[in-house]
Amino acid sequence: MTAVIDEARPQRVSFFNDPKVRSRAAQIVFALLLLWVGYEIYHNTSANLAKLGKNVDFNFLGNTAGFDIIQRPIEYSRESSYLTAILVGFLNTLIIAILGVICATILGFVIGVMRLSSNWLLAKMAAGYVEIIRNIPLLLQILFWYTAVLKPLPGPKESLSFLGVAFLNNRGFIIPKPIWGDGAGFVGIAFIIGCIAAIAVSRWARQRQERTGEQFHSFWAGLGLIIGLPIVAFLLAGAPVTFEYPELKGFNFAGGTTILPELIALLLALSIYTASFIAEIVRAGIMAVSHGQSEAAHALGLRAQPTLRLVVIPQALRVIIPPLTSQYLNLTKNSSLAVAIAYPDLVAMGGVVMNQSGRAVEIVVIWMIVYLALSLFTSAFMNWYNARVRLVER
Amino acid sequence: MTDLSSSHAWVRTKDAERLPPPPNTTGVVGWLLQNLFNTPLNSVFTIIGVAFIAWIGWGIIEWAIIRGVFSGESRDACVAVPDSGACWPYVAAKFHQFVYGFYPFDQRWRVNICFIVGAIALATMAIPSLPYKKWNALFLLVVYPLMTFVLLTGGNLDFSTSTLLGIVGLLLLSALIVPLLAFGIEEGVQRNRTALLLAGAALLIWLVTLFISMPEINLLGSFVSVSTLAVVALLLAAAIMSLVHEASSRDVSARSALLGWVGACCAVIAVLLVMTVDFGLVAVETQQWGGLLVTMVVAITGIVASLPLGILLALGRRSKMPVVRLFSVVFIEVWRGVPLITVLFMSSIMLPLFLPEGVNFDKLLRALVGTALFSAAYMAETVRGGLQAIPKGQYEAAQALGLSYWRTMSLIVLPQALKIVIPGIVNSFISLFKDTTLVLIIGLFDLLGIVKASFADPKWAAPQTASTGFFVAALMFWVFCFGMSRYSIYMERRLATGHKRRGI
Amino acid sequence: MKNMLMSLALGAGLSVAAVSAASAATLDDVKAKGFIQCGANTSLIGFGFPDDQNNWTGLDVDFCRALAAAIFNDPTKVKFTPLSAKERFTALQSGEIDVLSRNTTWTMSRDTSLGLKFAGVTYYDGQGFMVKKSLGVNSSLNLNGASVCTQTGTTTELNLADYFKANNMTYQVVAFEQEQEVLKAYEDGRCDVYTTDQSGIYAQRLKLAAPDDHVVLPEIISKEPLGPVVRQGDDAWFNVVKWTYFALLNAEELGITSKNVGEMMNSTNPEVTRFMGKEGDFGVAIGLTNDWAAQIVKHVGNYGEIFERNLGESSQLKIARGKNALWTKGGLQYAPPIR
Repeated sequence: MTAVIDEARPQRVSFFNDPKVRSRAAQIVFALLLLWVGYEIYHNTSANLAKLGKNVDFNFLGNTAGFDIIQRPIEYSRESSYLTAILVGFLNTLIIAILGVICATILGFVIGVMRLSSNWLLAKMAAGYVEIIRNIPLLLQILFWYTAVLKPLPGPKESLSFLGVAFLNNRGFIIPKPIWGDGAGFVGIAFIIGCIAAIAVSRWARQRQERTGEQFHSFWAGLGLIIGLPIVAFLLAGAPVTFEYPELKGFNFAGGTTILPELIALLLALSIYTASFIAEIVRAGIMAVSHGQSEAAHALGLRAQPTLRLVVIPQALRVIIPPLTSQYLNLTKNSSLAVAIAYPDLVAMGGVVMNQSGRAVEIVVIWMIVYLALSLFTSAFMNWYNARVRLVER
Repeated sequence: MTDLSSSHAWVRTKDAERLPPPPNTTGVVGWLLQNLFNTPLNSVFTIIGVAFIAWIGWGIIEWAIIRGVFSGESRDACVAVPDSGACWPYVAAKFHQFVYGFYPFDQRWRVNICFIVGAIALATMAIPSLPYKKWNALFLLVVYPLMTFVLLTGGNLDFSTSTLLGIVGLLLLSALIVPLLAFGIEEGVQRNRTALLLAGAALLIWLVTLFISMPEINLLGSFVSVSTLAVVALLLAAAIMSLVHEASSRDVSARSALLGWVGACCAVIAVLLVMTVDFGLVAVETQQWGGLLVTMVVAITGIVASLPLGILLALGRRSKMPVVRLFSVVFIEVWRGVPLITVLFMSSIMLPLFLPEGVNFDKLLRALVGTALFSAAYMAETVRGGLQAIPKGQYEAAQALGLSYWRTMSLIVLPQALKIVIPGIVNSFISLFKDTTLVLIIGLFDLLGIVKASFADPKWAAPQTASTGFFVAALMFWVFCFGMSRYSIYMERRLATGHKRRGI
Repeated sequence: MKNMLMSLALGAGLSVAAVSAASAATLDDVKAKGFIQCGANTSLIGFGFPDDQNNWTGLDVDFCRALAAAIFNDPTKVKFTPLSAKERFTALQSGEIDVLSRNTTWTMSRDTSLGLKFAGVTYYDGQGFMVKKSLGVNSSLNLNGASVCTQTGTTTELNLADYFKANNMTYQVVAFEQEQEVLKAYEDGRCDVYTTDQSGIYAQRLKLAAPDDHVVLPEIISKEPLGPVVRQGDDAWFNVVKWTYFALLNAEELGITSKNVGEMMNSTNPEVTRFMGKEGDFGVAIGLTNDWAAQIVKHVGNYGEIFERNLGESSQLKIARGKNALWTKGGLQYAPPIR
């Protein structure tokens, strides 16, 4: 009996040639190697730091910073802690990243569509734009824009005035600052209600169209709700806003909100640079939608505008979104080049803290974690969006 | 007849008015009408476009030529002219610095040789119709780096005794693997059991010393712990046994494995020799390097080092082993998730902390390590794209032929995958080339760094110095990047033909 | 053992250009490798500045040369590492450089918690302000509301915040990474005020297109004692650096210059003979040869000569000795005697 079974079994694979054993052995060796390298790094770092009488300790973040920052989205002064300084830097990174993504997307789509224009000159100009911009290092472009923005602007005394309320000079673009009075909260509440109502209307319109075939211009209705409700609330609350107008005092304008030239230069450089990549992505995305789709839509009786909106763009977006995500991530990471001009982003502020406190390891760890978290968050959001617009296959 | 025609009202007596000629579809005018002025909106766009181009173009010409200053000895020439444009004498005076940095004047021929030889080798490599690709690649990947290393630094390295001992030790250790390669793991282990056991004992002793310190004895004037001696002696014995065993074998594969090992050892020793031999070149420290030279060194080293790393990571990411896959994914995503600046800061500030006491790196080398790891992560994703494009049938066919994993990869999959991703690799190279500018933030003087540093020279500080310097730097970067991107497109077209289906 | 294997692995993989440094005994390391690695500034005329041919000049640079002269009897045995303000401390901590001589302000936190040690004050400086003449400002107390350009990661940045806070003034700080960026932004009109150590202001003003259109305000708002820095925990090396500085001062006080050092060898003044190493074993006591001080003066000159050459009347900067005169001449530069 046993003999029969033995014959039926394939010849026993030798211990060394069993792929499972080999793979496990290789993995164990690899893991041990990694652990060893990790241990060595940990050991050396702690030994090197101990020799200097230092250790890795994040408590220093509570110490007083002692320096000032030019752009402060939250309350910050020289008495604030290092942690607050880094937080200010992080928020500044977020500001430039969000503004950059918006501007780069708009510009990129315009250029991308221009490249497909039937107008030869426009198409060539767009191609020229892409070829010139994306072949020059971003850092160079940032430095160039910083010079280009600063140089031609006049000093505060000769500021360019816009209706006497906003001023442009080499200290920035100074605009009136709204100061919200009592009842301003109603406007915000009305805005939120407007948004919810707009979503509800568009849902209702879609359901009705599916039921009865009647169309309803939910876009305009929604827009009216989102804009109109806050306006109504604003007027009902008795226009609870006053503006603090900038006025020239001593060296510069006092009051108002200043948009820094550093922010403007960085925004210009980042969005122009990233737009050249987005333009190529958009072009490839539109080209990827076959002409048959438009023809089929026309055959169904759709006009040009609905064809574009309902047939071409949704399909193009599917091709566009994944590479667009990585461009957004690139833009966020590239915003760290702000350190080259005096824009106080996360890397710049971290650098200052590193130098004032002498805590290099801790700061690098904070940088890595924050940027990784930003990247993961953006990818997660874009993956979610991508899953929504994905082709539903049966 | 006339009567007839007058009596029938429907008969036309006069010629109909002539229609205007159809719009011209040929010639310049026709082309213009079709492509630029076909609709009113397009006409408006065209006019705006022409105005825009004229504005930009005229601005550049006016700044660079009409208002530009072309001669002078110092900044006075550019400051003297009111509202002057580009300051060209500054570029003329500083151009050598843009290319060589602070490289000593009388030694610049060394850089020139590297540039010229590299350009020729790269050009012959890049033109598909030229022969001897394999030898050329070997030259570019082995001989050329060694040559540039010796030429640029001056060679004549002093390896510390422990480093030399380390290299010799590793070579000997590799002798243990020779039988495994020759006979496969199973037979190799059986034939060479004693040697492997000795090596295992050495490993065990080493593991023990991680936790227990051993007494030290005086050996030729330096203190060495007993365990070190034991490990070295055991490894030496194991390696010699293994080699003797190989040499006494009559097996063909044993012979060829042994020969391969000897060849590899000779190559390593030759490389060491070339690095240590004194060619009579003056040593030039990397701190004196700068400009285009540093840009090239960082970009080329980055891409050359990142290619093998990236391939390994890409294979790791597609591996069936969870540990390896997890490591690859984490490694790739971490490097891709953080900006290059933080990587450079890390390599310039933290790398020295990671290393054991007494080991320190040159600043440029640290930046190179950072850029190489960073671009390896991007390279891995490029290569992974190529790997995914290889149909499953290729893997299956290789397995059916009985090829091992490494043979499948190196003989079947990678040659095809890498061919597909050549344009991707060139694109990675372009972005790395542009990203080298970031090393200026950690205090290395690449092309942009040296241009910026030259603004600080009081001899040339004029209002237009910065714009002129940036303009020249932008132009130089653009020429390189644009050339490479054209090459990438050309290769893409050329390679695409092989994969298109023709006929049924 | 572990280190042995580690060095095996490193030796094979990474050591192409590895150099060994940073052990507890920097002086022995320096003697073994045959040169001093000195961290220096790249853009501050008068303190540290390399020209087109990579010839370094400046007070800080000459201090490193004096060190090399003391150790090797050869002022050229020094290699300079260009460092930004941000990198300088980590470069010293990690052992990349042996001594940091880069107009670095001596502060308590740097002297203690950064693991560093200041060997002396080669230049007594203080932070000042520069403004355009056309603004008509004549005191820094009139700077309320101004934008100020400065460099990040410096004591300057902190002093600035303190000063404006103490005087209840508001300001806008534009802080750049590198000195030349600060100056460029100031020149482009980004800021009303340029601030750094006053010696630095004089040096930077030279680089402006029209230096005479700018005025340095009279106030000094901080103490900025600048000096060479070494790592903590290496007293032998610290002593060499410290006494090289003292030797420069003593030489000036004794009237020994690079020109008369030969004659002074025959001097009978006991202070001079001790300085020259003809009496006592002072050089040997700090691990050098007995004629170490004479070598310094022979190759580099005394403190006064170095100052004169880089900052004084015979330089572009034309800065008066002021506080940096010897104590005998009403300044602060004072060295303990060699005996």
